[in-house]
Amino acid sequence: MVNKMRESIIMKIHYGTALAAVALVAVHVLMRLTQSFSESLEYANVIANYQFLPYAGMLEIILILLSIHGFNGLRVILLELKQGKKYEKAVSYGCVAAMVGLIAYGSRTIIMVNMGVV
Amino acid sequence: MTQVPSIAEEQTAKSSSSSKSVKLRIAKYNPEHDGESKFMEFSIPYERWTTVLEAILKVKKHFDHSVAVRYSCRQATCGSCGMIINGKPRLACFTKISELDSDVVTVEPMNNFPIIRDLAVRFERLFDTHNKVKPYLIREDSEIKSNEKEFLQSPEEVEQYIQFSNCIKCGLCNSACPTMATDSSFIGPQALAQAYRYVADSRDKGKDTRLKIIDESHGIWRCHFAGSCSQVCPKGVDPAMGIQFLRGYLLGFRS
Amino acid sequence: MEPIDENKEGIGGMINPRRYGIERVAYLLMRLSGLGLLAYFIGHIYETSSILKGEVGWDEFLAITQTNEGHAILAIVIAMCVFHTVNGIRVMLGHGGVGVGKPSRPDYPYDPASQNYRHKIGIYSAIVLAAIAMMYGLAVMYGE
Repeated sequence: MVNKMRESIIMKIHYGTALAAVALVAVHVLMRLTQSFSESLEYANVIANYQFLPYAGMLEIILILLSIHGFNGLRVILLELKQGKKYEKAVSYGCVAAMVGLIAYGSRTIIMVNMGVV
Repeated sequence: MTQVPSIAEEQTAKSSSSSKSVKLRIAKYNPEHDGESKFMEFSIPYERWTTVLEAILKVKKHFDHSVAVRYSCRQATCGSCGMIINGKPRLACFTKISELDSDVVTVEPMNNFPIIRDLAVRFERLFDTHNKVKPYLIREDSEIKSNEKEFLQSPEEVEQYIQFSNCIKCGLCNSACPTMATDSSFIGPQALAQAYRYVADSRDKGKDTRLKIIDESHGIWRCHFAGSCSQVCPKGVDPAMGIQFLRGYLLGFRS
Repeated sequence: MEPIDENKEGIGGMINPRRYGIERVAYLLMRLSGLGLLAYFIGHIYETSSILKGEVGWDEFLAITQTNEGHAILAIVIAMCVFHTVNGIRVMLGHGGVGVGKPSRPDYPYDPASQNYRHKIGIYSAIVLAAIAMMYGLAVMYGE
């Protein structure tokens, strides 16, 4: 499916995820500045962040947006470095697998902390 | 590296009117039997107007007739003499030694093109990608019937594409492109600029066909707007501009 | 059939920022910052997962990042993030044909309209803003 998707669609997703991530990452970073930097990273405060559902939802969206944007960017760089049917297929599927893996790993943290399983 | 005596030592007083001379380093390489490229050095007298191509032809005439170089018009029209001159792709006939501002002029074959020998490179791939974008007007009524007029265009409509029709297919843009440096499948700035040339032509009806051709994994999206293609173009084509406009159609910025 | 040697410039040519002006520097920085940010993002996801080990696990991991080296890395990440964002917006606008000039009959010496001051200002702004953000980040990290 990845190999058959029109490149223009993939790149529209690439640009869209970038723009959305810029806005949400800005909120994520500004949250560190609502209190002192070290205070904002204290265990209790971080747990409170995760357990505030809208914030946890935003983290999940950032995770998805940046994983898509980041691994598609990596795919583009790798496709330009070397060519060949097998290699290109491996790069495309490898990047999708890594993207899904990272989203799953990050979601596990967000969901478990949000549900209080710590 | 081989050093050959100055041309001034050999020539008569009549022909050596030059006040300056330059060290010309020419890359010599024959893929059939050489392991790697070697440089031959020649001291060549030059005038303010002497071009790099003329200096190479002096070498061929006086020192080493085996130097392989492709050239024809000597006036930046045929696009034959593209090469790397002091690290950048340029036309040898369009580059004056005096404007290089260096005592050493190094000429090498263009990058990203297979070498035939010395400074001559193969253009098959460039012509293939050029053909791939259908570089001609596409429309059903291409034949003019009697009592019909030619396809008229306003000066404003001509202005949309005339810049891109200046392409002489010299390949300098493909040689400078950072994507072409590693991607053998990339369609390249030359072909993309030509795709835009026809898409922007009000007489053409092949926009959708061409956009489909370039919208693939080694098509237009592998251009990252570094602009090196436009910086080296000897005819002012500005492929980077054409490519971005072309991409504008695919992104929905243009219709 | 043996493949033809295409005399490609290779990675060295692709990343060489010296020959074609600031646009090529921006191209290189965009790639490097993209790769750097992806590496940081993966590390950040791993780092934050330590919260699942409870307060002790979180504090242990936090202690590793709260060092001079940790702060230096974070400062570089801030710079990469700002550069990648600002330059990315410039490139995106360019990709849509915004600010790349208008087609016209070229005149010698053929200065390309697409390589204009608007985009150069965009690149320099991205670099300056990245530097400012990096210094602000360091001030926040060390200023407490």
